[in-house]
Amino acid sequence: MSFLDLKNVTKIYPNGTKAVHETSLSVDEGEFMVFVGPSGCGKSTLLRMVAGLEDITEGDINLDGQLINEVDPSERDIAMVFQNYALYPHMNVYNNLAYGLKNRGIDKETIEQKVNDAAKLLQISDFLQRKPSMLSGGQRQRVAMGRAIVRNPKIFLFDEPLSNLDAKLRIQMRLEIKKLQQKVGVTSIFVTHDQVEAMTLADRLAVINNGIIEQLGTPIEIYNNPESLFVAGFIGSPQMNFLDANLNNKTLSAENFEIKNIDSDYNGEVTLGIRPEHLIESENGLINLKVELVEQLGSDNLVYGQIKNIKDFCYRSPGNQTIKKGDTLSLNIEENKYYIFDKNTGKRVNQI
Amino acid sequence: MKIKPLQIVAHIILIIGVLLMVLPIWISFASSTHENVSILTEGMRFTLGDQFSRNYNEVLNEKGGWSEEVTAAKMFINSFIMALGIATLKVAISAMSAYALVYYRFKLAVPIFWLIFITLLVPLEVRIFPSYKIVSDLGLTNSYTGLILPLVASATATFFFRQFYKTIPDELLESAKLDGANAWSFFIDFLVPLSKTMIAAMFIFMFVYGYSQYLWPLIMTTAEEYWTVVMGMKIIYTESYEGVALPRTAERFAYIILSMIPPVLVVVFLQKWFIKGLIQTEK
Ligand SMILES: Nc1ncnc2c1ncn2[C@@H]1O[C@H](COP(=O)(O)OP(=O)(O)OP(=O)(O)O)[C@@H](O)[C@H]1O
Ligand SMILES: [Mg+2]
Repeated sequence: MSFLDLKNVTKIYPNGTKAVHETSLSVDEGEFMVFVGPSGCGKSTLLRMVAGLEDITEGDINLDGQLINEVDPSERDIAMVFQNYALYPHMNVYNNLAYGLKNRGIDKETIEQKVNDAAKLLQISDFLQRKPSMLSGGQRQRVAMGRAIVRNPKIFLFDEPLSNLDAKLRIQMRLEIKKLQQKVGVTSIFVTHDQVEAMTLADRLAVINNGIIEQLGTPIEIYNNPESLFVAGFIGSPQMNFLDANLNNKTLSAENFEIKNIDSDYNGEVTLGIRPEHLIESENGLINLKVELVEQLGSDNLVYGQIKNIKDFCYRSPGNQTIKKGDTLSLNIEENKYYIFDKNTGKRVNQI
Repeated sequence: MKIKPLQIVAHIILIIGVLLMVLPIWISFASSTHENVSILTEGMRFTLGDQFSRNYNEVLNEKGGWSEEVTAAKMFINSFIMALGIATLKVAISAMSAYALVYYRFKLAVPIFWLIFITLLVPLEVRIFPSYKIVSDLGLTNSYTGLILPLVASATATFFFRQFYKTIPDELLESAKLDGANAWSFFIDFLVPLSKTMIAAMFIFMFVYGYSQYLWPLIMTTAEEYWTVVMGMKIIYTESYEGVALPRTAERFAYIILSMIPPVLVVVFLQKWFIKGLIQTEK
């Protein structure tokens, strides 16, 4: 059994909402697991069940070899960082960090040392005497982290802790969280709906949709090998392009091109997915893209255009190219980089 | 700085308000420093007289009542104890019951809350007979317990605490739980400090409420050693009305002035908390 083990966990709220559906998941010790998915998919619910803040309707959760379904949150030895930080407004930073230790009956000198160590690690030593209301967003974020670290819990839970920060700070804190987790080595679960955050932080990623884990794997596995239309569309930025097509006898026919020798025995209506970065310009390419908009990012360009009836088709071109509105580009798909999904079930039908 | 006409108007209104509040008190005080004779002949005064120490000494030390034992000082102490007990218990009980109503999610929480709220329609004066019956059956007449206990439940304070607790974000409780806080430590370590300005305000209101009780102590006490200030106002110095002696108006004014001191002290003392709460919002 691994460090944290969820077995067929289901959550039905008293009002009948089924937020989590028979989910099973294992997290290894020291692993950084990220739950990612659109709003309302049940990420927070799953996390809160681990924390003990929501009852488990069905299923089992084991932590460190112990069944914790009925264990009170205060006894689980879990630390959580909330989206709004939930710092204790009437206590100064020192006491915010020390409170959890005091409740565990640790003596004063040890508390002082632990708090000072954590404060140093997070560079908040200068603010220890301040109240949370006198701190900036980033500093509050650090205090919230400090409150989690100082107790040296079995597991860290983060529920979208970065979403209240501005873009620049968010990237910086993302980096810090990752470094910190590697340094402290605590098992962590991080919830986010931002796929970039998910990709950069995760050792392993669980893509959740409608209360179900759609796919579980390392970020790169999921990026390279999305098993469903939903995962393919959710992971990757800019989003994967989707085209309607037909698959018959290993031949894919889209509106104005054909691809032969597809590695699939499926026959019927499909959706073809192509990542913007898997397109290359070449003479007599499969696709003719009429350019409508170019976003220049410096390192590369995002080119949006139209193929026949399909709008907003995206192609990522190298930054040194000059492409203008009105150009027509001839594009090929990189070898074996097409993702084909069953149009009805959304499951992938070809091998990569 | 330029003064706007609106500000002038506002200040005039405020000054009139202050005068209306302060003048009666000033007249009482000024009159309390004159001789009885001069008040009788010349009416109430706006200026200070020279009888301050005589009148106040008289009031504080004169023994009254049938037993000739109860002094004004004793009555102040009684009222103070009664008001302090009522205010302390009212605040404590309503804070705790609001805590239970908000944080323990049992089905009957809302009906129970409304039941508590309905008691506002039944003030002590309405239920005074059954209350008296219960207290006397318990043998609590002529005791501080009997004076205080029937008045300690407060729907108003419960209501205010409940509304305040409802504004505290759930994450705070959840976070505290994960930090190992139990039900009691969440109340003591979080709700009490977070609501301290509210507690101070409630304490002041309830202190004044307890201090100004009249009917209940009147019915409750037969022993003069439990008389309270407000009762005293009615009873004390009445013999002068009936006898040939002059009405002792000056002493009465002195008594009224003295009776204001305890509530004023409470307000002054707790005001620090008020202002602190206003300057740094903690939520
Ligand atoms: N207390 C509750 N009672 C009833 N339904 C709830 C409750 N909390 C959440 N839900 C529902 O459960 C589903 C999952 O909610 P959850 O908060 O887990 O979503 P989420 O993935 O965290 O979304 P977000 O990214 O917006 O935070 C939603 O449909 C939500 O409406
Ligand atoms: Mg959420």
